[in-house]
Amino acid sequence: MKNFEAFEIDVLKEVGNIGAGHAATALSKLLDKPVDMDVPKVSLVPFEEVADRVGGAEQVVIAVFLRVEGEVSGNLFFLLKEQSAKGLLEGLLSIDKNAAGGYSELELSALSEIGNILTGSYLSSLADFIGLTMSPSVPAIALDMAGAVLSYGLMQYGEMGDAALLIETTFLGNQQEIEGHFFLIPDPDSFKKIFKALGVGS
Amino acid sequence: MTSDTIIKVGMADLNIASNGYSLKTTGLGSCVGLTLFDPLHKIAGMAHVMLPTSNIAREATINLAKYADTAIPELLSRMTAAGANVRSMKAKLAGGAQMFAMSGQSDSMRIGPRNVESCLAMLDFYKIPVVAQDTGGNFGRTIEFESERGILTIRSVQFGTKEI
Repeated sequence: MKNFEAFEIDVLKEVGNIGAGHAATALSKLLDKPVDMDVPKVSLVPFEEVADRVGGAEQVVIAVFLRVEGEVSGNLFFLLKEQSAKGLLEGLLSIDKNAAGGYSELELSALSEIGNILTGSYLSSLADFIGLTMSPSVPAIALDMAGAVLSYGLMQYGEMGDAALLIETTFLGNQQEIEGHFFLIPDPDSFKKIFKALGVGS
Repeated sequence: MTSDTIIKVGMADLNIASNGYSLKTTGLGSCVGLTLFDPLHKIAGMAHVMLPTSNIAREATINLAKYADTAIPELLSRMTAAGANVRSMKAKLAGGAQMFAMSGQSDSMRIGPRNVESCLAMLDFYKIPVVAQDTGGNFGRTIEFESERGILTIRSVQFGTKEI
C-alpha cells in the first residue's frame, strides 16, 4: 500500500468529517441533545493496533457492520462500548439498563436500528459528497470482542500487507456519556476513485 | 498463570513455547488460532491465521504467519528446530467464526469457514491428527495454549471459558 500525500489524507479526513457530521446530527435529533464530534483521524494502522482504538482486542463492544458495494466499496463499522450502549437505550427508550446482564431482543433491535440510522446518514451524505454510488448491505449487529469484530473488516487489506487505512471519527453525546466510533475502511482500490471524483486525482 | 509466562501471538503472527510457558492470542474472529503440540518434547506452537491461501497475496514480502498454507510449514520448521517431532504432534483449532450473518454473502465474507478448511487440509497433508477443535459459530474467541500438557483454553463473551 503506497503512502498518501498530506493533501490526500486531508481529503480523506473531510470524507470522514462529512459522514460522521451527518450521523452526529441524526443522533442529536434522536436524543434531542447536543452531540460533539472529534476531528477525524486518518491513518494506516497495523492490524494488531486497530482494536486498540476502542480499548483493545478483548474489549466487548456493540458493533453494527455494513459492507458497502458500488463505485466506492469498503467496510463501515459503528462501535459502542457497553456503557455507551446503555446510555443510548436510556436516552432513547427510557429503558433502565443499570442492571447488569445481557440484552433483550428488543434492546438489541433498538441498538441495531440506531446503528442503521446513523450509518445510513453517514453513507448517504458521503455518496452525495463524492458523487459516486455506495450501496450498503443490510446492517448486521454483534456484541463481541472488538478484535474479533474488526478483523472482519480487514480482510481486503490482508492480501496486501499488515496494515489497513482507517478513517476514524468519534462522537460524544449526552455529556460524554455516550461515545460512539465510526470506522470506515475503504477497499484499497477505492481511493483512486474517491480522489478522482473529488478532483484531486493525478 | 502469571502474565510473565505468557507469550503473546498477534494477528497474522506465530510463535512457539516450552518449559511451562503459554501462548495466547486475543480476539479471534474469522481468523483461526491453530495450535500444535508435541507431547513427548513438550513443545507448543500457535499461529494466528488470517487468510486461507497465499495465492491471493499481493504483498511484496509475504508474511508467512498470515496464510494457512504458509503458516503451518513455518510453524513446523520453528518447532522442529526447537526439538519437536512432527510425527508426535497433535493439532487443536479454534476460531474461524462468521462474525456477521449477511445476506448475499460474497466469498470474501465467508472467510472463517474457508480458513478452517484450509488449515485442516494442510494438517492432513502433514498427517498431523486434529484432536480437538472449537470452530465456526458467530462469536469471537480468546485462546491460551499451555506447553506442559497441550491444553487449549478458549474464552468467549457468550459462552465463558472452556478447555479442549
